Amino acid sequence: MRTICFYFQVHQPYRLKPYRFFDIGEDHHYWDDFLNRSVMRRVAQKCYLPMNALLLDLINKYEGGFKVTFSLSGTFMDQMESYAPDVLESFQKLVATGHVELLNETFGHSLASLKSKSEFQTMVRNQQEKIKKLFNGYTPKVFRNTELIYSDQIGAMIAEMGFEATLTEGAKHILGWKSPNYVYCNNIEPKLKVLLKNFQLSDDIAFRFGNKTWADYPLTTEKFVRWINNVPQAEEVINLFMDYETFGEHQWAETGIFEFMRHLPEAVFKHTNYGFSTPSEIVGKVQPIGKIHVPIPISWADEERDLTAWLGNDLQDEAFGKLYELEKMVKKIDDPEIKRDWTYLQTSDHFYYMCTKFFSDGDIHTYFSPYDSPYDAFINYMNVLSDFTLRVKQHIKKQEVDE
Amino acid sequence: MKVLMFGWEFPPHISGGLGTACYGLVKGMAHHNQEVIFVVPKLWGDEEPMADFVNASDISIDYREKRFKSIWKNLTYLEVSSFLVPYLGPEEYQKFTDYAIHDRTDVDESIFSTKYEFSGKYGKNLMEEVSRYALTGAQIARDRSDFDIIHAHDWLSFPAGIAAKEISGKPLIAHVHATEFDRSGERVNKPVYDIERAGMHAADHVCAVSQLTKNTIVKKYGVPAHKVSVLHNAVLDASIIKSTYNKKVPEKIVTFLGRITFQKGPEYFVEAAKKVLERDPNVRFVMAGSGDLLNRMIDRVAELRIADRFHFTGFLKGDDVDHMYAISDVYVMPSVSEPFGISPLEAVRHNTPVIISKQSGVAEVLDNAIKVDFWDIDAMADATFALLHYEGISKMFKELGTEELKKLKWEHVAAKLVTVYQNVLANKS
Repeated sequence: MRTICFYFQVHQPYRLKPYRFFDIGEDHHYWDDFLNRSVMRRVAQKCYLPMNALLLDLINKYEGGFKVTFSLSGTFMDQMESYAPDVLESFQKLVATGHVELLNETFGHSLASLKSKSEFQTMVRNQQEKIKKLFNGYTPKVFRNTELIYSDQIGAMIAEMGFEATLTEGAKHILGWKSPNYVYCNNIEPKLKVLLKNFQLSDDIAFRFGNKTWADYPLTTEKFVRWINNVPQAEEVINLFMDYETFGEHQWAETGIFEFMRHLPEAVFKHTNYGFSTPSEIVGKVQPIGKIHVPIPISWADEERDLTAWLGNDLQDEAFGKLYELEKMVKKIDDPEIKRDWTYLQTSDHFYYMCTKFFSDGDIHTYFSPYDSPYDAFINYMNVLSDFTLRVKQHIKKQEVDE
Repeated sequence: MKVLMFGWEFPPHISGGLGTACYGLVKGMAHHNQEVIFVVPKLWGDEEPMADFVNASDISIDYREKRFKSIWKNLTYLEVSSFLVPYLGPEEYQKFTDYAIHDRTDVDESIFSTKYEFSGKYGKNLMEEVSRYALTGAQIARDRSDFDIIHAHDWLSFPAGIAAKEISGKPLIAHVHATEFDRSGERVNKPVYDIERAGMHAADHVCAVSQLTKNTIVKKYGVPAHKVSVLHNAVLDASIIKSTYNKKVPEKIVTFLGRITFQKGPEYFVEAAKKVLERDPNVRFVMAGSGDLLNRMIDRVAELRIADRFHFTGFLKGDDVDHMYAISDVYVMPSVSEPFGISPLEAVRHNTPVIISKQSGVAEVLDNAIKVDFWDIDAMADATFALLHYEGISKMFKELGTEELKKLKWEHVAAKLVTVYQNVLANKS
């Protein structure tokens, strides 16, 4: 039987408050609690709560025939505990059904995989602990890296940490003539399976669903079922990966996105030979068809599917470089607040806000940014980082004196 | 003696240094018991009552006066040929030029018979306001004959000064606080240059805020040197400001404070910062202000990988300006072209040693400062490093700089101005 794999990314960053030069050295609280709380509450009402309820209904209705997969970033889980215990409870209920898989990722939704192996490993372990704590001892077997960033090297690191499989983008320039609808394996460590996003079908739901100028608007379950039936029979797995906030936040309820999801399983069961599986189920029963070569990191962002949304311009590279210069010192400090801020400052969103690709994907960047311009984002981040650096150095100094 | 003075702004409603200088000058004149009729396009009602203020927005123009029409016709030309208006869309521009190309006698009635509400801003109707302001100048000169001399500040009020002179026959002083070459470098705005030039040549005498500005006036505007007097600006209050605001970072701070534009030379500050940081990373540089080069400066700082030591504050106002001066260990003004430049004197009041460019007027009056060419980033870096590390020199600057400041009084400037007036009047009669 062929299968569909739904994986939803659930993430909220800790956004910085407007932090001025004059605050450096004095104000050590960097986070915009009000904004973070209100975003969390808004998205909870529009997306997390109604969509979780809908998914729970579907799972119960089909008694496990329908299943989904989540990855919850650590910064999301922290904010959920602080601002939305009701959302946490609904996720716990979903996981308790046994038909929902959780993936591991870096706790801080960071780009550490590109910079520091040890920091990457720390972040993965922290995430594991957090999931264990919140979800009744649950231990993920499959890993997904921030923004689906993947390369042969990163895959090897993931394999080394004992994961069975990972997820990434089915980027055109990587696949060439190949199809994303098979299971592949890592180029260095073949025991690590790689699942590739079918970006065509995923983005039909995530990006184009409510777009009235799209030739295929409106997207109905009949239409979607027809498309997946058109996929050659030999191709076994369709990976539909998207942000969870697609439902109700990026695509408003008025577009009919909830109704689409409510009726999709029924249409799939009635008119196709597809079922639903989670990544660990898939890698358990489907044999990989070959190795996938990814010498240069890819991601699921923008038209280029590369790293340029977060790194590459001078603002981003400077901020990113200066942040990781602190790693060695931070590792020597055992202070919960320093550790927390270090983690939250690594979140990829901070670098995303500094992106200057105005003319291609700039509009989607501005939509997600709390800043007026990438320059404002950079200044604010660097001010905060300057204060953080001072704190780190003071701690180190104090430790040296104490010794 | 009674002076009819045309300005463009007056404290507390100011957007540039011009208003502050006018304020200081009027105050100095009052000290010498000189009477001033001060005209501004728009009065707000909360100006300090130290002159006989005239609000140009209250003046209704008598259209039967034939001479006014010829003034207006001449000015129309300036307005029409102006490309100053920065925010004009294509449609508006079309209207604007259509209106300009046709002879405007048909609208004369409405122009001459109504009062005109000046905005007093530097907005898109700037040229029209300048022209109408000139008519107001003519009307005032006709209504009041109780003045001996006319004094106009910068190009915005030069047409008013010229018109007043034509109507009254009284001598005109043109006061130059900045020229188009300071504002725009070599790419000058022709209509503005034309007005500046016309004002300087129509004037009986020209005052310049520095020798530097006098040189520009002589070289670029063709005014004979003997017709130009240098009248340096002064400070309103020379007392030392003791701030209770404390610095919160351990590093020393080097500051640039001003508009981030071509004229102010911000890029030289960035390059010098890089050089200093290579030698001593324990310094923080701050660029306070806003302007069209801000984003380019941020890019450059990131490219040089010094953003953890180089900070941007955005536009500062009120107490934040004082705080910034107070926590600065060195103040740098690397202006490419600065007719005067009052901000280093503010820094001195906060006991902060200063580095100023040789291309600034203030360099002519301040001895206890390090002076470098704006383009000489090595010298700028050296000087910064020295002031940060060699206590002797910064200590000396602090002590002597404040002494120097006490000599820079507006009443001295006013006294010099009165002499200028007397000479002009003597030559006239």
